[in-house]
Amino acid sequence: MHGKTNDKDRNVTPTLDKPREQFSPMLPTVVRVRDFRMETHDTFTLALDPPTALGTTYSFLPGQFNMLYGFGLGEVPISMSGDPAETGSVVHTIRAVGSVTRGLAKLRPGDPIGMRGPFGSSWPLEAARGGDVVLVTGGIGLAPLRPVLYHLLRHRDDYGRVALLYGARSSGDLLYRKELQAWQSRGDFQVLLTVDRADPSWRESIGLVTALFPRINFDPQRTVGMMCGPEVMMRFTLGEFEKRGVAADRLYLSLERNMQCAVGFCGHCQFGPNFVCMNGPVFRHDRIKAFFDVREA
Amino acid sequence: MTEQGVLGAFASHAFLSGLSERHRMLLASGARPFTAAPGELLAQEGETAKTFDLIQAGHVALDLHTPDRGVVPIQTVGPGEIVGWSWLVPPHRWQFDCRAGDPVQGLAFDAEWLREKCEQDHELGYHLLKQLVAVIANRLAATRLQLLDIYK
Repeated sequence: MHGKTNDKDRNVTPTLDKPREQFSPMLPTVVRVRDFRMETHDTFTLALDPPTALGTTYSFLPGQFNMLYGFGLGEVPISMSGDPAETGSVVHTIRAVGSVTRGLAKLRPGDPIGMRGPFGSSWPLEAARGGDVVLVTGGIGLAPLRPVLYHLLRHRDDYGRVALLYGARSSGDLLYRKELQAWQSRGDFQVLLTVDRADPSWRESIGLVTALFPRINFDPQRTVGMMCGPEVMMRFTLGEFEKRGVAADRLYLSLERNMQCAVGFCGHCQFGPNFVCMNGPVFRHDRIKAFFDVREA
Repeated sequence: MTEQGVLGAFASHAFLSGLSERHRMLLASGARPFTAAPGELLAQEGETAKTFDLIQAGHVALDLHTPDRGVVPIQTVGPGEIVGWSWLVPPHRWQFDCRAGDPVQGLAFDAEWLREKCEQDHELGYHLLKQLVAVIANRLAATRLQLLDIYK
């Protein structure tokens, strides 16, 4: 994906109307941007036309990711943030922090983009069925968990109590504000928001996301916890779950590493015996605990 | 609220978990229910901390006044949590403003009365101190993480 290009290559216009004969996980499919929306000052959502190569309907599981290829920019792994039951478009929420993602932020409806995927493991929606579900997330980490929320709300009767604890730097950094408000008004699950820094008009909580734990009720024996956000946040969140008696085999977290090939070949995302791209990004805590607690040099 | 009502409220409040029946009864005799409307000040920075408040419902914002930024909310506390430890630590003065963010219900103890009970009964004092230290440790850890700016 990051091989050398020459001038001739750069002038090649991506072809959209030629389905490939053979599927290759290393070969991007060219799709068009259907919709572009700014979420915060540095985060945006791209809705893409689903790939139609090989005549199959594109689908993904909550927690999985695609490799998005910006022409002339490079490739990045981005989790799907849309509704898994909605097959009309493939939605990704992206924070513009590097050269590739800043380039992707310039795309507009109709522009071409390369896409490979879906890749990776998914959130344990079946294992959680029948019990309580607590989602804890911070910053851009809400994006990979949003498909879980869509699923839970669509199948609300299949689950017990559901709580979303979401932290951000400030109110302006919260993703999906309108959706959060709509979820808060539903009444059939708890949505608690907190920010590190607030102005006096902020009516929700201030402080770390772990401070929201005393405000939710769940049965630790039948709760599944799902976490996505900065690793230090997840570390402290794991501690809160532990205090409340939730076993490590009921806790799942999504990890982020330098994923390049996305199929376990290149080794850039190796995490102990696992490759985050292939065995993750969603891991059960007890299976990675020994490595999660190791400090990186 | 009757003493039975207060005891019922104690049972569901995390801060008082693990307290003996004897100490629950003792504290119930000094608990005073209170309410606060949104925006109402429960405590003001620099003033004597005359009460110790348990929050049952609603949220309380801890604010700091700064010359250049005005009122800066630092943290919020909610149901199952407490407002401050200034009542226990000399010179017993509030370090922040405490303002109701929404309709607040809680139970208040007179600070002088509670300190006296803790002096008279060290078992009670030690239990409350352990609970307070846990709260302080949690808030210190949370503050450190806020300083880290982890969502950057």
